[in-house]
Amino acid sequence: MSIVIRDLHKAFDGKVVLDGFEVEARDGETLVILGGSGSGKSVTLKHVVGLLTPDKGQVEVDGEVVSDLRREELFVLRRKVGYVFQFAALFDSMSLADNVAMGLRRQSDMDRKEIEERVEECLRLVDLDGFGPRAPSELSGGQRKRAGIARAIATRPQYLLYDEPTTGLDPVTRAMIDQLILRMSSELGVTGIVITHDIDSAFRVADRFAMLHEGRCRFQGTPEEIRETDDPVVRGFIEGRPELLENAS
Amino acid sequence: MTRILSQPFISMGRGATLLAAGIGRWGMLTAETVRALRHVDVWLRLLVPQMARVGVDSVPIALFIALFTGIVLSLQASYTFTGAIPLYFVGVLVGKTMMLELGPVLTGLALSGRVGANIAAELGTMRVTEQIDALETLAYPPVAYLVVPRVLASIIMFPIVTALAIAVGIAAGWITAIQLLDMSTAEFVNGLTLFFLPFDVTYALIKATSFGFMVATIGCFFGFHTRGGAEGVGHSTTRAVVVSSMVILVLDAFWAVTLL
Ligand SMILES: Nc1ncnc2c1ncn2[C@@H]1O[C@H](COP(=O)(O)OP(=O)(O)OP(=O)(O)O)[C@@H](O)[C@H]1O
Ligand SMILES: [Mg+2]
Repeated sequence: MSIVIRDLHKAFDGKVVLDGFEVEARDGETLVILGGSGSGKSVTLKHVVGLLTPDKGQVEVDGEVVSDLRREELFVLRRKVGYVFQFAALFDSMSLADNVAMGLRRQSDMDRKEIEERVEECLRLVDLDGFGPRAPSELSGGQRKRAGIARAIATRPQYLLYDEPTTGLDPVTRAMIDQLILRMSSELGVTGIVITHDIDSAFRVADRFAMLHEGRCRFQGTPEEIRETDDPVVRGFIEGRPELLENAS
Repeated sequence: MTRILSQPFISMGRGATLLAAGIGRWGMLTAETVRALRHVDVWLRLLVPQMARVGVDSVPIALFIALFTGIVLSLQASYTFTGAIPLYFVGVLVGKTMMLELGPVLTGLALSGRVGANIAAELGTMRVTEQIDALETLAYPPVAYLVVPRVLASIIMFPIVTALAIAVGIAAGWITAIQLLDMSTAEFVNGLTLFFLPFDVTYALIKATSFGFMVATIGCFFGFHTRGGAEGVGHSTTRAVVVSSMVILVLDAFWAVTLL
């Protein structure tokens, strides 16, 4: 029950994004990946569920190398993984409730009534109760984001990948989402990767930190270790001091 | 000097390479669509809604075109034949032309603008907003979920819409003939049946089915390969319409060569 990223390389049209990134989310822990905008955090997460294939290196989930799986096996693996997209990626052609129910209809043998109950429960968890019949286009950015989280957790996956789950939310909702992430890990034993720019929220949910910088893992360690590190790149990032980053390189 | 002479050939070569690559990727998507047919549980319940959409999108425009084509055909036939040829040949011309050529082709072209554009815009938007990725993560094979129902719906609906268009076109030609050309219904029907072959209908439906297949797969192809936001969606939509219109005309000639 772990996600191991080994020597991951990825370039787009000759532009190198990942250049040997290595990191590991161990069984039951929540790993927070930090990194500047455009550093390749979303790209990394997409490799974990096989939406992108590595140029070199590999991602192992549950002991299986994602890029070696046949399509059918990949779909079996994806059933165990919930993915919260950075921009929610809700299906605009269907209601919120149907969005959340999509995974359940495909992946479980629940009947209509059970699915309805689960959908309501998930919408309640992200503070969107009563929003089921709405269309995604009628929601605010933050509401869409939360709906995306509800959709990802609906099937109670063993792994959850959150791409900036709290960006654009107000402080109260943000704290609520952090608690939800913590609950997923404590109650369901979820192994999670959280990408975030939000340092407060990162410290609330992280068991361990990793920092992606120039395509590689610049730092990996516990919250205590990251607080005490003297790596100027990491310090500059978490303290929001660009001058440290510039002097480093 | 040599550059001026060679440049057009170089860009033609490049264009041909791109075209070949495009056809290759379209072929791959089409092959995957055939393979995805086995996920019946995924696409079956989406088929009827898609058929309804294709119908709603296309029937009004197709019938509108057929109506006026029928009227014009009838008038032009009588104008062309003045005196030299018996008037009942108006019926021959309207019937044959609607069935063999204008019914299928005009309907196909109209639908490439409606159905093809719609598919490309919808799938393109889903691509750039990561909805197609989201389908993948929820373990839905996107081709089975998005492409199969659209392609099947078009294959089924294009011949139906085309048949309706042919009927409306011929009816319009007949009404024009008896109202404006001093022909009798008997004369018109006589002309209509004179050279009629059951194969004409088969031919029309083969064309319409192949047009439906091409419009849908081309729309899906450009939608699926959309890149870069709203602008990319606009590009894909335009290209889907242009390419499928051209393919319809080429295919039309192909069937004429091979089947007639
Ligand atoms: N499908 C793609 N095709 C081409 N380039 C891409 C693609 N996906 C990502 N990139 C490029 O890879 C780089 C990293 O993108 P990524 O989305 O992973 O950044 P990120 O770390 O998530 O940033 P942010 O915090 O802003 O979301 C960017 O320069 C982006 O332009
Ligand atoms: Mg990102």
